[in-house]
Amino acid sequence: MENSREHISQTLDAIYRKEARAVFATLVRLLGDFDLAEDALQDAFKAALEQWSEQGVPSNPRAWLVSTGRFKAIDRLRRQSRFDWLQVDQLRQMEADTTDLSKQIDKEIEDDVLRLIFTCCHPALPPETRTAMTLREVCNLTTEEIARAFLVAPATIAQRIVRGKAKIREAKIPFEVPQQHELPERLETVLQVIYLVFNEGYYASSGTTLTRVDLSSEAIRLGRLLHELLPDTEVKGLLALMLLHESRRSARATPAGDFILLEDQDRSLWDREMIREGLALVEQAFSFKPPGSYALQAAIAALHAQADRYEETDWPQIVALYTMLLRINPSPVIELNRAIAIAMREGPEAGLRQIDAILARGELTDYHLAHSARAELCRKAGRIAEARDSWERALALSKQEPERRFIQRKLAELDRNGYD
Amino acid sequence: MKYICLGYINEKEWESASEKEQQAMMDDCFAYDQELIRNGHFVGGEALQPSRNAATLRWRNGKVAVTDGPFAETKEQIGGIMILEATDLNHAIRLLSNHPSMRHLRERGCWEIRPAADLEGLVAESEQRRGG
Repeated sequence: MENSREHISQTLDAIYRKEARAVFATLVRLLGDFDLAEDALQDAFKAALEQWSEQGVPSNPRAWLVSTGRFKAIDRLRRQSRFDWLQVDQLRQMEADTTDLSKQIDKEIEDDVLRLIFTCCHPALPPETRTAMTLREVCNLTTEEIARAFLVAPATIAQRIVRGKAKIREAKIPFEVPQQHELPERLETVLQVIYLVFNEGYYASSGTTLTRVDLSSEAIRLGRLLHELLPDTEVKGLLALMLLHESRRSARATPAGDFILLEDQDRSLWDREMIREGLALVEQAFSFKPPGSYALQAAIAALHAQADRYEETDWPQIVALYTMLLRINPSPVIELNRAIAIAMREGPEAGLRQIDAILARGELTDYHLAHSARAELCRKAGRIAEARDSWERALALSKQEPERRFIQRKLAELDRNGYD
Repeated sequence: MKYICLGYINEKEWESASEKEQQAMMDDCFAYDQELIRNGHFVGGEALQPSRNAATLRWRNGKVAVTDGPFAETKEQIGGIMILEATDLNHAIRLLSNHPSMRHLRERGCWEIRPAADLEGLVAESEQRRGG
């Protein structure tokens, strides 16, 4: 009854979803090789399906799976070792290692997941490889799913992962969490990967979304996992930032996939639960001084989330946060956003002076959003001909279909009521 | 494991540095090299003469052709090499991050870490082919 094969299969499915990556991470540490660990993981689950039906589910399934996976790997190596010189040493070492896995406390296994994340996001790996490896090894997406999500050929993703694993093995990138003094910088690359995955999902062009893995949810899941393992201020900041952006998901596009600007969104559609969670995290992130770059961005998103109407947004506070952000992270894009906030605080002309100064330096001249922002402010300032020029410039630079449709609508609006 | 570290330097900018600046870097670097030797991390290393003293050899038209200068005319040239013994890449990165040349050269140079290739297996196979 309880141990019927079907029942075991269901139990195992649930354990696989919940524990597979943790078991995998520990196997990578014990076996020192990603491919070997992946094979061992599959072997262990196969063995579980057979043995648990007869003997029942063990009291600590995770320890059982790790231990079984390790023995299966040793078997594999023993069969291969005749042909592979390098693995003989590895095999001896593994057999000598008599760690009692059932005694491993959960903290150690959690650390293995953290090690896996830091290894996949190692700065010596190319950025695209970090993303592909994190999604494959930590999030357990298939190569095909990752390829579809990023609109590239599966072979490209597969090659990045193969080369990444080869580099980890050959250059000997260790499976470890960075030391305390290296942590801020190394964490930065991890957060970059998560934010990139999130943005890829956030700005994904519509139409093909049905067949694509939801990268934004995947990034939030990853952010939550990292936050559980390492509740650092910037991890809190990034998770908050993602939640606050994601809370607007159903309000930021029409059913046909057309963009709706923040100021035109129906705020009753915003996800209150996500906002609540995001706000609490921002508060926690700000209890560390000074707040980091993600915490500041999250605080800006929080101010938007707290305004009942666009006009009621706390613009002076937003300008102040952008100023702090610019100090730790000088970037013309942040300057552009600050210019838009200044326009809201002091009127369109004040914002235009800022944007024109950025463009005059030769920065952001090929960035369509700079021209879109300029166009919108020109319209508000009644400089209609300039608004048209800037929209046209933005249109020439924009490549995404929903964005182009948006700009074309704006141009049509200028024609209809521009001169009133 | 051995890691070969290639130190790149912008020769022009380095030559224009003051004598005091150059001496300060030498003193710090030599002191750190001593420390690496004491801790068993320094397998070997040499500073190189300027790239204008280099000769490049190529196979051309069935014989060796020698030309002047370094292989690649770039802003930065290899100024020195160092072989480190380190447990893994992170260890090698740590050892090199503390190298005084890092802060003395600032934007005038950089280090590239290349893990040594393990040819043990290939050598054994080759010996077999050669009847060793």
